[in-house]
Amino acid sequence: MSKAPRKGGYVSQAWLVIVLALLYGGALAGVQTTLGPRIAENKKSETYDVIPHLVEGAARAKTTERTVTGAVDGKPHPVYRAVTGDGTLCGWALPATGLGFADRIDLLIGLCADASTITGIYVLEQKETPGLGNLIGTDEFRGQFAGKRADEPIQVVTAGPVAGNEIRALTGATISCDSVADIVNATVENLREPIRQLGAQEPLEPNDVPRGRGG
Amino acid sequence: MALPGPTAAERFFNGILPENPVYRQLLGMCPTLAVTGAVKPAMTMAAATAFVLISANGIISLIRGLLRPHLRILVFTLTIAAFVTIADRALQAYMYQMSKELGPYVPLIIVNCLIISRCEICASKQNLGVALADAVGMSLGFGLALASIATVREILGSGTWFGLPVMPSGWPNWGIMVLPPGAFLTLGLLLAVAEWIGLRRQEKGTET
Repeated sequence: MSKAPRKGGYVSQAWLVIVLALLYGGALAGVQTTLGPRIAENKKSETYDVIPHLVEGAARAKTTERTVTGAVDGKPHPVYRAVTGDGTLCGWALPATGLGFADRIDLLIGLCADASTITGIYVLEQKETPGLGNLIGTDEFRGQFAGKRADEPIQVVTAGPVAGNEIRALTGATISCDSVADIVNATVENLREPIRQLGAQEPLEPNDVPRGRGG
Repeated sequence: MALPGPTAAERFFNGILPENPVYRQLLGMCPTLAVTGAVKPAMTMAAATAFVLISANGIISLIRGLLRPHLRILVFTLTIAAFVTIADRALQAYMYQMSKELGPYVPLIIVNCLIISRCEICASKQNLGVALADAVGMSLGFGLALASIATVREILGSGTWFGLPVMPSGWPNWGIMVLPPGAFLTLGLLLAVAEWIGLRRQEKGTET
């Protein structure tokens, strides 16, 4: 069966799509400009809420955000300096981002005060497959990272017992699990040394003002 | 001029019960099963879907005269995606914890067949008033379905409704009801009830 030829070129055929795309793009840019700061504030607040659960003994109100330089990639990175109620350094929380199976995965990685051990991870944002990859946010999966050495890469295993710096992959979500392990390994490798040096600069610097809200 | 078709009132009422998107058309099954473990997330999903459906139906109806048949699905999808993104960002800004709880199911509204089917069946063929009445009716029907399933699951599974305790203190929560099997069981049973009601109405109509 032959089809009747469509009249006009691509632009005359698709002008409505092009106009709508531009209009919607502009509208979404406006929405992002308006709501972006509020969303960023929500995420930061959540980060401060999570740190006491990630680093044992950390007090939310005393947690401060710092920028570390001297990372392996040569770029400045924000980190959170977790201290106890009496001001003693007890660990660090590192924001980390990487690509998962479906979309970007945002993590928060907890390190002990001398950056030698991972104290835990928390999934701030992910859009992995519901029922499979999104299980990376469960306590069962995240709990595997606590106590792992920071100077060795974490390996994901799919079968057999786990030992040392190994964690077990979730069934049906190997790519998501690998992604999380890769993000953790890359971030810890990138920031471990500058954080260790930053931790040695005790006591607090004058500009190190606590930013956490509430207790 | 609008093509002949159901009136605004018919579209509105059809969406609520006679053509209920969940119980009669089996559309939007993904959120129906995934976010009905409790009433709060179910109602948030229903509200987000309503916003997208009403907005998309309105826009598509306004530009229906400009639509090219072979590009119409692309225009529907583009429009729906824009409004879903707005709903997603608004939830992240003003209901952050709920947004986290709903997770990927808000962006997944884009692929909710209910919305694209209403754009195709009604909004691309009828005027703005009818399209909006259709969207509001279908949104109410979708919300009603999500609320009924979530109510059964939350009360039996958690002993609460909208987070408030409603069952006696000794109530042993039926854990399975808040898990995925509970969603299928509840949907199946309520579908059977809806079908039974439909058949009864049909029989009554035949008798009279």
